[in-house]
Amino acid sequence: MNTHPMVKAQGVHKSFGAAHILKGIDLEVAPREVFCLIGPSGSGKSTFLRCINHLEQINAGRLYVDGELVGYRQKGDKLYELKAGEVALKRRDIGMVFQRFNLFPHMTAIENVMEAPVQVKGEAKAVARARAERLLDRVGLAGKAKNYPSQLSGGQQQRVAIARALAMEPKLMLFDEPTSALDPELVGDVLDVMRGLAEDGMTMIVVTHEMGFAREVGDALVFMDDGVVVESGHPRDVLTNPQHDRTKSFLSKVL
Amino acid sequence: MNNKIKKIPSGVIPAPDGIPPQAIKAIPVRHYGRWISAVVVLALLVGLVYAFSQGNVRWATVPDKLFDASILTGLRNTVYISVASMALGLVLGVLFAVMRLSKNPVTSTIAWLYIWFFRGTPVYVQLLIWFNLALIFPILDIGFYRDEMTDVMTPFLAALLGLGLNEGAYMAEIVRSGIQSVDEGQTEASHALGMTQAKTMRRVVLPQSMRVIIPPTGNEFINMLKTSSLVVAVQYQDLLRSAQDIAATSFAVMEMLFVASIWYLALTSVFSVGQYYLERRYARGSLRALPPTPLQRLRANLNLFRRSEVAR
Repeated sequence: MNTHPMVKAQGVHKSFGAAHILKGIDLEVAPREVFCLIGPSGSGKSTFLRCINHLEQINAGRLYVDGELVGYRQKGDKLYELKAGEVALKRRDIGMVFQRFNLFPHMTAIENVMEAPVQVKGEAKAVARARAERLLDRVGLAGKAKNYPSQLSGGQQQRVAIARALAMEPKLMLFDEPTSALDPELVGDVLDVMRGLAEDGMTMIVVTHEMGFAREVGDALVFMDDGVVVESGHPRDVLTNPQHDRTKSFLSKVL
Repeated sequence: MNNKIKKIPSGVIPAPDGIPPQAIKAIPVRHYGRWISAVVVLALLVGLVYAFSQGNVRWATVPDKLFDASILTGLRNTVYISVASMALGLVLGVLFAVMRLSKNPVTSTIAWLYIWFFRGTPVYVQLLIWFNLALIFPILDIGFYRDEMTDVMTPFLAALLGLGLNEGAYMAEIVRSGIQSVDEGQTEASHALGMTQAKTMRRVVLPQSMRVIIPPTGNEFINMLKTSSLVVAVQYQDLLRSAQDIAATSFAVMEMLFVASIWYLALTSVFSVGQYYLERRYARGSLRALPPTPLQRLRANLNLFRRSEVAR
């Protein structure tokens, strides 16, 4: 039984040029945990998420996924940058869902889901197709397999995107404001799929503005502002009884 | 309060009591300007046609020589050199576009230099440079291969290199703009799935950039069909040269230029149709419904016609 956290951040800093986005993030995400990140826009929560699968490179601190350093290899007291191929290898185990879906528009729904297993893992097409059908069924889109993304609603696209990430059988799923680009009436379907994933024990880090989802499904919650963690704890506690003034004023605006 | 309820919602026009709505019958505006401009343009066209009919042209020569064996050979060579040069241009274009966008400053600078040189000098001059290469390098020696340059640099090779390398520079810019038109989120999604840089380019970015790349590439190819007439300069036996050869012996100079023009028009027309179908193929996924092919449109129109007959 592995006892180390799925994600561990120690003093993570990130800047883009002169803009200092993350100013020392420390947190731990346990396996099978649903970990919610909330905060005003520009607080660095999306940036932090993107650092976890090395879409952004951190400038200082240490970031571990499943006990392994992200983006670097440590030998003695020296850090070696990982090659692009090694980074790609590690990303296989981390699924990511984007705010803007980012489905491949030139492929049908099922081709989107099959793409990575076939191209990255070299899986046989029949095997990948069978899994893709299962996954599309799971997200409630069995009938839309042959549709192109442009023929699907936003909510359907996002569910295909979740299926696409799950097709790589990741040990960790990152959600970057998965419902922020959706019409309010379509949000529920996507959240239902995420709830199902949580029940199955997937480790999830969710950047979200859906406080209801965080309270109901989340195991841990962090409120970030201006690049630092302001407050953390169980979602129920933080959302109903915030300790920090900044948290209080944020929650009073969004709840 | 009562007034507000009685207020008619905007956009709904109530029918006045007892009078059913009637279709409007009004005298349409007369567009006299349109009539005048149409007459003027037609008169000019008639004048032009009349002038040519009165010109000293032996019209019978045109259909007579249209399918002449040497003209057909020239035609085949024109298509051959155009397709070959375009293929070379496409390969070089993708290569230099990727180099130009690479993070390596050396490769991107080299690509920039290539584009700068081959776009910056006339293709006619480039053709002459390839053709006359033997003047400065009489012997071609690249280690494992050694030969007289005049034997190596045939008219075909000079034409291919001249047109192809020039095209490569233009294609590089077209491909680059295509690659850059693909949303960055696509690359991120692909990377997040564990795809490598090369896989991302081949499976995700290039197929999507095709939609931006194909229309100007079609134009480039149609341009190439016409620009290929410059290979006369390097002794390549293309359509124009075949026509000129006949003209030189028969003195039917204008007639043979008409013959060449007819074939060039035929070629460009055929390839324009091909381009339509190619664009349609790469529109998959970006349009909810593909535009109909001309055949489908014809069938739909026929159906429409039939249905209206039934209705009658």
